[in-house]
Amino acid sequence: MNWLKYSSSQALYPFAGRLIPWFTAAALGLIGVGLYVGFFVAPTDATQGDAYRIIFVHVPAAWMSMFLYVIMAIWAGIGLGLNARPSFMMAQAIAPTGALFTFLALFTGSMWGKPTWGAWWVWDARLTSELILLFQYIGIMLLRSSIDDLRRADRASAVLALVGVVNVPIIYFSVKWWNTLHQGASVSITAAPTMAGAMVTAMLVMAVGFWMYSIAVTLARMRCVIVERERQPSWGKPASVTDVAEAR
Amino acid sequence: MQWGSVAEFFAMGGYGLYVWTSFGVTALCMGGEVFAVWRRAAAAAESRNEL
Repeated sequence: MNWLKYSSSQALYPFAGRLIPWFTAAALGLIGVGLYVGFFVAPTDATQGDAYRIIFVHVPAAWMSMFLYVIMAIWAGIGLGLNARPSFMMAQAIAPTGALFTFLALFTGSMWGKPTWGAWWVWDARLTSELILLFQYIGIMLLRSSIDDLRRADRASAVLALVGVVNVPIIYFSVKWWNTLHQGASVSITAAPTMAGAMVTAMLVMAVGFWMYSIAVTLARMRCVIVERERQPSWGKPASVTDVAEAR
Repeated sequence: MQWGSVAEFFAMGGYGLYVWTSFGVTALCMGGEVFAVWRRAAAAAESRNEL
């Protein structure tokens, strides 16, 4: 497969368009199965009652919030290193979805915290670092929109995204490094999960579903970005008479 | 399945308000994002056709 072919936005637009229906279908199917297993197969938790079912959206949203940040930072880094515009566009398209999942992780977390801890919010390391992640996403988007020159906006927001990636391991390991009210990981790569089989299944299926959703919505947003950038006057090259005539 | 009735299912063992608010807000946000991107794509396509 000739991947260089997809490094130009002209080829990327139809390519993304062909992928979107598949990822949409996968997202709908997986989230449907995840909800079914989560509500009808997974048993009631012995200590947390049915409030624990919030984790079927909370944990996938929290994972996506961190995962999308890392992916956004990688695209930003590739963009800076290779000066590749499609990479910057990917980073730009990912940010709003990442911010959305960060908000959802915080919101559903407080919905879980109130009945379980007795508090909507506590300033523990996990919650605080996740809140900072939300501010990072918002900051990256605001920085981009505050710079008129597209290439400067691309580079500035890419640098901010790269610097901020330091917060992701802090969020992930916060429950180990500090005494947090937030519980430790129930599922990790290195150890057997400390939850019933159906609970883990529902959580993982929902997580993959959210992942597919993120890809679909990000590709769709990137197609918008491609078209919107075409509309922008290009300051990089000298305008030709036909360009100007076309723009008018 | 552990639910005896539909009412029991919606009550979620007394945690219904928290559980359904979580799932409802998540659904609204994701649906809203899809709608926003769809609107943006429609606007982009329109601006393309204006040429």
